[in-house]
Amino acid sequence: MSRVGTVAARIGIALLYVFILAPIVLVFAISFSGDNFIAFPPKTWGVRWYVALFAHEGFARGFRVSLTLASIVVALDLLVGVPAAYAIARLRFPGRDALLAFLTAPLLLPTIVLGLAMLLVFYPLRLAATYPGLVIAHMAVTLPFVVRIVATALSTLPGDIEDAAATLGASPATVFRRITLPLMLPGVVAASALAFILSFDEVVISLFVVGPRLSTLPVELFRYVEGRTDPMVAALSTVLILATVSAVLIVERSVGVMRALGR
Amino acid sequence: MADDRPSQPGLAATLSLPAIAAVSLGFLLPVLWLARMSVNPTEPGGVLREGWTANQYVELFTDSFYAELTLASLQMSATATLCALLVGYPIALFLYRLESRWKTLLVLLAICPLLVSGVVRAYGWIVILGDAGWINSMLRGAGLIDRPIRLVNNHIGVTIGLTESLLPYMTLSLLAGLGRLDRGLEEAARTLGASPLRTFLRITLPLSLPAVVLGSTICFMLAVSAFVTPRLLGGGRVLLLATEIYEQALVTLNWPLAAAIAMALLALFSVVLVASGRLQRRVAE
Repeated sequence: MSRVGTVAARIGIALLYVFILAPIVLVFAISFSGDNFIAFPPKTWGVRWYVALFAHEGFARGFRVSLTLASIVVALDLLVGVPAAYAIARLRFPGRDALLAFLTAPLLLPTIVLGLAMLLVFYPLRLAATYPGLVIAHMAVTLPFVVRIVATALSTLPGDIEDAAATLGASPATVFRRITLPLMLPGVVAASALAFILSFDEVVISLFVVGPRLSTLPVELFRYVEGRTDPMVAALSTVLILATVSAVLIVERSVGVMRALGR
Repeated sequence: MADDRPSQPGLAATLSLPAIAAVSLGFLLPVLWLARMSVNPTEPGGVLREGWTANQYVELFTDSFYAELTLASLQMSATATLCALLVGYPIALFLYRLESRWKTLLVLLAICPLLVSGVVRAYGWIVILGDAGWINSMLRGAGLIDRPIRLVNNHIGVTIGLTESLLPYMTLSLLAGLGRLDRGLEEAARTLGASPLRTFLRITLPLSLPAVVLGSTICFMLAVSAFVTPRLLGGGRVLLLATEIYEQALVTLNWPLAAAIAMALLALFSVVLVASGRLQRRVAE
C-alpha cells in the first residue's frame, strides 16, 4: 500500500477509536466541572460534584444495597453454580447438554422481557422490592456465566492428576479438596468477579423489581440521568468506572478477560 | 479420549438440583407467567382479573400504532447494526493485521465500552451531543451555528449511542471470524499480482462474510431489545417496542398489554434468529 494510503488508514482508525472512547473520556473530564449543569468544556473546574456525591443520600443508600446484593448474589451463584458446573464438566450422565442449555437459557432472553416477567411473578408473591426478589432476579442473569466459566475451566484441566490422586488412595472428597478445587480456583475467581460486576451494573431487570424502599445504585443513576443533567452523575460514573477497572484487573490477572467472556 | 467413566445420573442430579431450582424460579416460572398474563383481561381502571381474552393481541395487530412501533424498532436496529458493521469492520481488520506488542491493549480499548454501564455511556453521549455539549460548543466556537443543533432526544442520538454500544460485540465477532482466515490465501493473491483492494474484495471480504452475518445477527438482536440507550438518549421522544414495554408496565400499569408486547418482541426475535440461521448456511456454502 502507498505511504499516503497507510497514513490515511491510520488516521481513520484513530478517529474510530475516538468514537469508541469519547463518551467514557468525557465523563471523566466533566466530573471535574464546577458548573451547575452539563456544558463541555466547563466554564469552571473543581471537585464540588465529588463532594456533593458523597453527601447524596440516595446514591449512598443505593451503593450499600448494590454492594450487599452483589455479594449475596455471588455467594449463592457459587454455592449452586459450582456443583452444577462440576457435574457438567466431570460427570457422565444422560441429558448433560440439555442441562447446560437450560442453565444458560436466561441469557437468550432480552432483559427488558425478563424484567417484565419477573415483575409480574414477583408482585403476587410479594417478592417485588425485597432482597430475596432482587437476589433471584440477579441470579437468573449471572448464574449462566458462572456455570459456563467454571465448567469451561474444569473441562480444560486434565483429569490425570485427579485420577493419579485417586489411584494413590485419596478419597473422592480429598481429591476434590486437594486437587480439583485448587486447579479450578482461577475459573472460580473469574466467574465471581464477572458475576459481581454484572450484578452491580444490572439496571434493566432491576428497574422492574425495585421499589421506593429498596433501590440499587444503577437504578438511582438511571433515574437521575432521566430527570436531571448535572455533573454529579459524571463524578459517580468515574468512581464506578475505576471500581470496574480494578475488578477487571483482578480477572485479567487470574485468567484473562477474553476467556472470561467465553470466547 | 474414550469416555470410560461410569454414568452417575444420581450424583449429577443432586449436584445440579439447586441450580435448576434457581433458574426455574428466576427464569422459567416468570416466562410462563408472562405468557399467561398476556391473555388476561383488563378492566377499566387497570384492575387485573383472571380470565382468557385475545384483546391485547387484537389491539397489537389492528392498532396502527404498534405496526409503526415495530417498524421503528426494526429500522433503528438495522441502522445501528449497519453503522456498527461499518465502524467495526475496519477496526477488526486493523487489529487482525496488527503485529505489535500494543495489540492486546488496542483490542481491550476497542471492547472497553462492554465494561462500562450503559447508563454511564448514555450520559457521556449527552455530554458530547447535548445542547451545551462538546460538538455544539465546538461548532459555536467556530462560528458555524448560532443556535445549538438537536443531537439528543431524537433518533440521531439514539442511533449514535446504540452504534457505540453494539460495536464491541461486532468487533469481537469479526475478529473471531478473521482469526480463522488463512493468511496464506491473501499472500498468494498478492504474490500473483492482485492489488490490495482486489485482494480484499475477492479474498478477505467473501471469506469473512460468515462472521459479518453472525456479528450482525448478535447486534440486531441486542438492538431490538435495547432499552437504556433509547430511553436516555431518546428522552421519551423515540418510541420503540422496548420502551413501550417499560411504559405500559411501569407508567400506564397495563400489565396484560405489556406482556403481549413482550411476547411479540420474542416472536420477532425468533423470526430474526431463523432468518439469520438460513442466511448463515447460505453464506457458508
